[in-house]
Amino acid sequence: MSTAAPAEVQAAAAGDSLGAVLRTRWEALKGGDVGSLPVIVGIIAITAYFTTKTPIFFTSVNFVNLIGQMAGVTVIAVGIVFVLLIGEIDLSVGYVSGLASVTVAEFQLAGSSHNYPGLVAIALAILLGAGIGAVQGSIIAFLGVPSFVVTLAGLLICQGMIIEVLGTTGVIGITDTQVNDVSNYILSKNTGWIVAIVFTALLAFASLGAYVSRRRAGLPTGNLIITVARVVFYGGLAFAVVAVCNHTRGVPLVGLVVLFVVVLFSYLAGRTTFGRHVYAVGGNAEAARRAGINVKLIRILCFVISGSMAGLGGIIFASRINGVDLTVGGGTILLDSISAAVIGGVSLFGGRGRVSGALFGGLIIGMISNGTDLVGSADWVKYITTGLILLAAVTLDTVARRRQAAAGR
Amino acid sequence: MSTAVKPAALELRGVFKSFGSVEALRGVDFEVRNGEVMALVGDNGAGKSTLIKCVAGIYSIDDGDVYYDGARVVIHGPKDAAKLGIEVVYQDLALCDNLDVVQNMFLGREDHDPLFRLREAPMEQRTAQTLASLSVTTIRSVRQPVASLSGGQRQSVAVARAVLWNNRVVFLDEPTAALGVAQTRQVLDLVKRLGEQGLAVVIVSHNLADVFEVANRITVLRLGRNVGVYEREKTTEQEIVQAITAGTATEPAAS
Repeated sequence: MSTAAPAEVQAAAAGDSLGAVLRTRWEALKGGDVGSLPVIVGIIAITAYFTTKTPIFFTSVNFVNLIGQMAGVTVIAVGIVFVLLIGEIDLSVGYVSGLASVTVAEFQLAGSSHNYPGLVAIALAILLGAGIGAVQGSIIAFLGVPSFVVTLAGLLICQGMIIEVLGTTGVIGITDTQVNDVSNYILSKNTGWIVAIVFTALLAFASLGAYVSRRRAGLPTGNLIITVARVVFYGGLAFAVVAVCNHTRGVPLVGLVVLFVVVLFSYLAGRTTFGRHVYAVGGNAEAARRAGINVKLIRILCFVISGSMAGLGGIIFASRINGVDLTVGGGTILLDSISAAVIGGVSLFGGRGRVSGALFGGLIIGMISNGTDLVGSADWVKYITTGLILLAAVTLDTVARRRQAAAGR
Repeated sequence: MSTAVKPAALELRGVFKSFGSVEALRGVDFEVRNGEVMALVGDNGAGKSTLIKCVAGIYSIDDGDVYYDGARVVIHGPKDAAKLGIEVVYQDLALCDNLDVVQNMFLGREDHDPLFRLREAPMEQRTAQTLASLSVTTIRSVRQPVASLSGGQRQSVAVARAVLWNNRVVFLDEPTAALGVAQTRQVLDLVKRLGEQGLAVVIVSHNLADVFEVANRITVLRLGRNVGVYEREKTTEQEIVQAITAGTATEPAAS
């Protein structure tokens, strides 16, 4: 009798009724686990603010623009999430993305000896990013040099290489259509709908699959209504995005790229042994090591991910303006990417956060940038607003951590 | 009850280990039998931690032999120890606060399909079963993060993790050091239950009251040597304290 008790107790405690689920969520909230609440509130507040300020903000044309503007930073932020999850930092992503921009431009350059097809140039640029990540990650993992310094050095080296390559001309135009299509191709309206259908179907399949397998195993399944509501909400969101885009030109291909990256890496982080080990290393590296996890390998792979996503981000930036110039990789790319991940709820202390946070953080950063441009505010408004939101996000993370520790007593 | 006929699950003979000029272990003999709780006591620097780390494969021994079930074995690393069924629950527990109970129980040994996708349902089932078999009933949900557990609950999770993998020899390093009275009670009960389930349990503790409550036998280390093995029923706290501090030449009381 005593052997069966805990399982029953759990089932009862987990509670399948809607009220019980909401109550548990409320308790978690009070315990410091704020989840995605601040992000949702932030998105609504920013939308409301700019909608009252300018009639252009809340239009389908601007929405399609916004997708293009936020894509690069969001993709880079996905890579940053993995580095933050293991409690490290990657300051090189800005200029790694710049170097990837230069690489993709250089390798498609018509009339040069290395005039490769667009897709080959793209693959080479991502590989370069991965390679830089592997080198930086190895130095950090094997030699124990702090990632802050290693990637700061990487930042400077990459910047130097960009100047060296672009030095004589200062600018390379991109004429290859495959490269230019990355940021500028618009999917046909029907393709947009198919994307929404496939996304919703996959989400439903994954959610209900988990529900059924837990049920079959006799484990607490949570509330079915909430499971269904989640699928309906996110599926509905996908359809809404497609509907808005189709109202004007259609869904940009780069939006699909971002969705693919976010879904793929969410899956990697949440459903695979690799992802589990990333969280373990971030939570307690010594415990992970003693549990037989190859901590060094995990560290290196996280930097490889961040390097390759910086590479992809660089391709998106270069494609967007059909070329590269000496400002490539600079500006606010680095800080925007890290801010996006942190605003999206990824802890700077390691071990906590989700890949999808990069998408929401990227959206917030993109909206502020887009909105202030539309309103015609000076650049200082954009910087100060982004700075304040970042400060708020990090403060929230720190306070949440302390409250969670306190709730553990 | 222990009439010294049970075979030793794990036995160390003449084990030496030094770090530079510091000799941490100077020919230590040590054994633990199946189904008994053996306490390992000694002052700071007596070599308790070193002994554990040698058995766990974190340090390699300089000289001496290790026998497992009567057969000589060589432990090169933590994986070798795990393969033999030796598990060490360290004082810091080695839990990841950000992960939940199930994730911690299966840390590094996750159940996955050929594509490295996690199989959550069976892991959760086995976690619940293991906790139930140890009568750990205070954990509300196996899906709550370890950060939200009390000290005793964390200790229970760490011990349950050792049991989950069918380990036969479990070392517990200061399991009650940071716990309150009620929590200590829980953990001591758990330790007794491990012994009753037939495991060979080694408990390292500074708290002699705890030691006398759970242990069947007590091994005293002093300056890297085994100065005596005592049967709990035939010794006193005073005698143990004397052995710890002065290292009396008393012959082992057992057998």
